[in-house]
Amino acid sequence: MIINHPLLGPRDAAEFYVMGDADLINRPDPDAEGAAEAFYEYAYLRDNPAGEHRELWYHEQGDRSWLVVTRSTLTHEIMNVEMARDVALANGRGQ
Amino acid sequence: MRYSALKIFTEGLTGNKGWKPVWREPEPKKEYDVIIVGGGGHGLATAYYLSNKFGVKNVAVLEKGWIGSGNVGRNTTIIRSNYMLPGNEPFYELSMKLWEGLEQDFNYNAMVSQRGILNLYHTDPQRDAYVRRGNAMLMAGADAVLLDQDQLREECPFLDFDNARFPIKGGLAQRRGGTVRHDAVAWGYARGADAKGVDIIQNCEVTGFDIENGVCRGVETSKGSIKAKKIAVCVAGSSSRVMAKAGMRLPIESHVLQAFVSEGLKPVIPGVITFGAGHFYVSQSDKGGLVFGGDIDGYNTYAQRGNLPVVEDVCEGGMAIMPMIGRARLLRSWGGIMDMSMDGSPFIDKTHIEGLHFNGGWCYGGFKATPASGYCYAHLLAKGEPHEVATEMRLDRFKRGAMIDEKGVGSQPNLH
Repeated sequence: MIINHPLLGPRDAAEFYVMGDADLINRPDPDAEGAAEAFYEYAYLRDNPAGEHRELWYHEQGDRSWLVVTRSTLTHEIMNVEMARDVALANGRGQ
Repeated sequence: MRYSALKIFTEGLTGNKGWKPVWREPEPKKEYDVIIVGGGGHGLATAYYLSNKFGVKNVAVLEKGWIGSGNVGRNTTIIRSNYMLPGNEPFYELSMKLWEGLEQDFNYNAMVSQRGILNLYHTDPQRDAYVRRGNAMLMAGADAVLLDQDQLREECPFLDFDNARFPIKGGLAQRRGGTVRHDAVAWGYARGADAKGVDIIQNCEVTGFDIENGVCRGVETSKGSIKAKKIAVCVAGSSSRVMAKAGMRLPIESHVLQAFVSEGLKPVIPGVITFGAGHFYVSQSDKGGLVFGGDIDGYNTYAQRGNLPVVEDVCEGGMAIMPMIGRARLLRSWGGIMDMSMDGSPFIDKTHIEGLHFNGGWCYGGFKATPASGYCYAHLLAKGEPHEVATEMRLDRFKRGAMIDEKGVGSQPNLH
């Protein structure tokens, strides 16, 4: 698989480490009500879809950036690559 | 029809005209006592033990494709019970004992070959870890022998003992481990279940569950609705997809594991050998091909094929312990989809939906577990409570903090 890195261009997937579902960006609020249940679901349960899947890839042997890759789990086709930082900021993280 | 040497002999003399198909191809009835979703090794084993050991009649197995078309025909055929944790080891040892009596039990030649499995160690701390594992195995009634380098040099002179990076210091052997003809396992269980009246329905995909007020009363299929008192899902590899139809999210990711076969060679490798400093395991099939594999690819996928970086990694692992295989050419490679669970261990449990049961999360250890998985699942279905060796394999164990994490790497499925 070739991942089209937003800053570095096309890179071999072997340079990356895969972390899994991009939903891991959205860590629950530990002070909210029902935080224990929310953390259980966050840490252990996954949608695991057959088809389009947004996932975190870490460019370990490159610029060490985190990416959100949208990829088909049926064909391995990569539809979209974003910087995880941008996705997190757009979700309201870091404010 | 009972198979025997005499039967083969007489059939040989009479033109082999007396052989009959070994299972029927029935149309589904309107209602069953138990429906098993998934006609793989585990589903067929469950049907076999339900009908033959627990006396449950009126059972159906629903299979989307043809029986044995999934991982039971895509694995590297290794059997072993060299686990460590109390939630796992007694279960796998039960499985090993069932393997040992399997062919006599279901009257089918599954080519169970206890040629032994050897885990190599390369450092002193790793030796200590293997001593601990070996002791845990002995305590659960399994067998384990620690071999030093001199003993190993006699048994496997071809290993690269003086490798500069990963010198081979010895190994932990389980002599009762070995290999089994994987397809024959599916066929043998199917034949045994069919003989007791289990309906094995192929090309019948489950498209939904009939759930009302928290009770599951049947399934929707490509061949119409079928009612059942108990529904037992057993579709490792596709567990998340099937259980999503019942509105459940699972502690599972689907990953691809690749396997490889070399061209046929003269006998060179006596049993199963695994690399201790990387992920590589190899055995030699009766046809002579080296059957080997290594790590999963590491990303979520439902495609039954992997990518080249892992092929390279696996072959490097092989070259690090037995450079002689560098001369062999690769004949075939393929991939199978694994249910990778959050702690690397499986589930055999009821769900929060009454009547709906779940068996899955086998990671890449499902084949060796086939007999015990079927036996314990049948026990759960027939008696309503888990078998004594499967009490820890619960779906709620993460919530309770009772993970069975053999490797100790946490909830990162691609590291197990």
